[in-house]
Amino acid sequence: MTAALKLSGLSKTFPVGKRLLGPPRAFVRAVQPVSLTVETGETLGIVGESGCGKSTLARMLVGLLEPTTGQIEIEGEPLDNADPATFGRKIQYVFQDPISSLNPRKTIRQIMEAPLRNLHGMDAKARAARIAEIFAAVNLREEFLDRYPHEFSGGQAQRIGIARALAADARILILDEPVSALDVSVQAQVLNLLAGLKAKFDLTYLFISHDLAVVEAVSDRVAVLYFGSVVEVGPAEQIFSNPRHPYTKLLADSAPVVGRALKAPEGRETELPDPLNPPTGCAFLARCPFASDQCTSTPPELVEGETGHSVACHHPI
Amino acid sequence: MSFLRLLSRNRLALAGLVVMALVVVLALITPLLPLADPDVTNTADRFKRPLGDAGLLGTDHLGRDLLSRLLWGTRLSLAVGVAAALIAATIGAAIGIVAGFYGGRTDNIIMRGVDMLMAFPYILLALAIVAALGPGLLNALIAVAAVNIPFFARNIRGVTVSIAHKEFVDAARLSGMGDVRIIVTEVLPNVIPVIVIAMSTTIGWMILETAGLSFLGLGSQPPQADLGSMLGEARSALITNPHTSVVPGAMILVIVMAINLLGDGVRDALDPRLKSGALSRPMPATLVRRDSVPPQPRTEDEAILALRDLKTEFHVKNRVYKAVGGVDLHVRPGECLGIIGESGSGKSVTALSVMGLVASPPGVITGGAVYFEGQDLIGAPYETLRRLRGNRVAYIFQDPLATLHPLYTVGEQLIEAVRAHHPTSRDEARTHAIDLLKSVRIPNAETRIDSYPHELSGGMRQRVGIAMALANDPEVIIADEPTTALDVTVQAQILSLLDDLRRERGLAIVFITHDFGVVAQLCDRVAVMYAGRIVEEGPTAAILGAPAHPYTARLMACVPELGGGRRELAAIPGLPPVVDNLPQGCAFADRCHKATDACREGEVTLVPKGPDRAVRCIDPEIATEAAQ
Repeated sequence: MTAALKLSGLSKTFPVGKRLLGPPRAFVRAVQPVSLTVETGETLGIVGESGCGKSTLARMLVGLLEPTTGQIEIEGEPLDNADPATFGRKIQYVFQDPISSLNPRKTIRQIMEAPLRNLHGMDAKARAARIAEIFAAVNLREEFLDRYPHEFSGGQAQRIGIARALAADARILILDEPVSALDVSVQAQVLNLLAGLKAKFDLTYLFISHDLAVVEAVSDRVAVLYFGSVVEVGPAEQIFSNPRHPYTKLLADSAPVVGRALKAPEGRETELPDPLNPPTGCAFLARCPFASDQCTSTPPELVEGETGHSVACHHPI
Repeated sequence: MSFLRLLSRNRLALAGLVVMALVVVLALITPLLPLADPDVTNTADRFKRPLGDAGLLGTDHLGRDLLSRLLWGTRLSLAVGVAAALIAATIGAAIGIVAGFYGGRTDNIIMRGVDMLMAFPYILLALAIVAALGPGLLNALIAVAAVNIPFFARNIRGVTVSIAHKEFVDAARLSGMGDVRIIVTEVLPNVIPVIVIAMSTTIGWMILETAGLSFLGLGSQPPQADLGSMLGEARSALITNPHTSVVPGAMILVIVMAINLLGDGVRDALDPRLKSGALSRPMPATLVRRDSVPPQPRTEDEAILALRDLKTEFHVKNRVYKAVGGVDLHVRPGECLGIIGESGSGKSVTALSVMGLVASPPGVITGGAVYFEGQDLIGAPYETLRRLRGNRVAYIFQDPLATLHPLYTVGEQLIEAVRAHHPTSRDEARTHAIDLLKSVRIPNAETRIDSYPHELSGGMRQRVGIAMALANDPEVIIADEPTTALDVTVQAQILSLLDDLRRERGLAIVFITHDFGVVAQLCDRVAVMYAGRIVEEGPTAAILGAPAHPYTARLMACVPELGGGRRELAAIPGLPPVVDNLPQGCAFADRCHKATDACREGEVTLVPKGPDRAVRCIDPEIATEAAQ
């Protein structure tokens, strides 16, 4: 079976302090070279804290940002032209904020028709049939089609966002924090809908979130991102219960859990490394209880372990 | 139409609209009116007074009929002004949209060009353009349009930048749309209101500028009349025959005044911020309109803060949103009370009502009392509230970036917070501020005190927010989702900090959140809110161990817990009710699997259930008794 999505050495560098003429003052590497494979039909969860590069990575995967280095292969075919229209047929994106991802001055029908017309060149009749089919799949009534986005609640708007992504007929969906703007009771509705759609349409998901429990509940495998690099990849049932990277352990220990006493799992003064002045060795060095001289000098590589559990650490737990 | 209704709220704008409509109609029907030819001279009849035998308004220095010239001139001036505005708006908006949409170097080069154009005094620029092109009405029009392009370009660029970064533009890209299509169908419809606003406020100005050029003889050429050239020609006879100047002058005054009044009205009606009432400044304390004052409860004498049957409503037009519908709560010194609920459950409004911080209008406290150390704060004089706010009862809000002022250093803001309540010297206050930053464990407090909020990370900013809340050693801290915007590792640090602070200082904390994990770790007691009321209340461990209200039980089941592995999640069908239309009986009945007809009749009261617990349900989960 070919992998649905294969990234090799994908990285993104942003210029900072641009000038009218001449080169910018500095560069920030938002995503270090990342290599990942997502199998067809799999849900790969990506967790990380704010600023770890997860959204930058996601935007590269759908062609909204051009990668600085590396290659994206979708179903065996390389795609590197950063053209959202080409990407759009194969891979689609569900946005974090459901309301702001819908144009306030367009009806839901106009929003839904855009991918059908532009990506697939369907005529009016085919479009209507396809929209009816998708709306039925996401449990939305067709009378919603002539309303405007502000008339919907967050949960409904997110269903519309999912319906739009499905309309393009892509087989891979990037779900960028799809439920973090929703209330918990609605969050579960949307997550269950996503699980149902995946089975029904044979989809592959890349599920990005900062909520470890949600990611664990929906993913087959989970990749942990820290400071733009993948520090650990492993099966969802293992990665938080049996973390191998000290950062993953810190994340797991920090998540508030009913029945666990409150404690600060690390010193309270720590801060993230400065992206303008990145550390030479391991980015987690300053926060790591196991840091050694080796960690100061050489950044650790992602090493494959047993049962597909990889970790980028000189001293894995 | 809502636009016309909003516009008519502004009396002056309505008057402007009526006058303008009159002028436009007159200008439109001018060719049909039985008027003398405006350009036929008759020097024998020069300078005839108005209301005489030579027409209603008399004649000018060449004996031409002034009424006819005035109407034809108005027609021409309006046409030129509107045309100039349209041209300037179209070209300016196009430049602004392109610059804002593409950004980067394109933006930089275009906007620097526009800046250079703006650097010239615009009347000089207009004169230079006319001088280069030669006098004439068309060239005057071009000049006026050209000097107004930068204004539109800058305005529209700013709006476009914010729209171009919206997620729906990315979504349109992924739908296969090209740049041109995105600009036309996604960006433009969102920019048009701004263009209309900008036009409505500048069109009067452009009529004036065209008249100015004509007055100088650079616009319309004789014998053609426009308002500016009429004034210019009448200038020499200003003293001897003032009516020749007064007639066109008065018309210019009327037109420009009417357009400006109308333009202001249009701007107010179209601007979404003004529409939602942002222009009406909120009062310093929430409006209170209550019939009776509930007595202070005796059983909770040791409570430092006690809410009794608090009701807060929002009155928007003819709708009444019952955000808080009768809430009883109390918190003791050193205790942490959690309020948990989904968005719209009224938990934040409850917290803001305590110190009268709900914006009025539209907020109104319609009932209940808030006892702080035995003193009722609802309806207390503003001066009393001001002395307590931030001094003895302090707030921590969700987004520290929004609550800290971006232009002052965190030190200045901390010092201000201290000095607002305690008259100390700046140096003393600064030392105190450094101590505060140290107490919330900010590293290098001595240097960090001079940082601006944007220079700090989210976690550090929230620490500053906490330090500010601690500034005057309050008895009660009300924390409204203080960790929701933070990462988990930072959240853990902040929570443990708050926990230490309340133990060390005996603080009472009211902690508002939607996260059961946070409640479990920090709070002694918890109140669950739904649709503006408390549905369940009690010790945290008891409630999380055995929820009595079906809503609590089902909400807890929705939350995935770490360590559970991959699974199907429980969901609550439906949506919370909207608080302007609450159902009879239990608000949760429509989503509850146990609901019976009895739930939808009459009031369901909060009844005690075991020690220190209460539940608002006629058929609570049975597990309660067993757990007690």
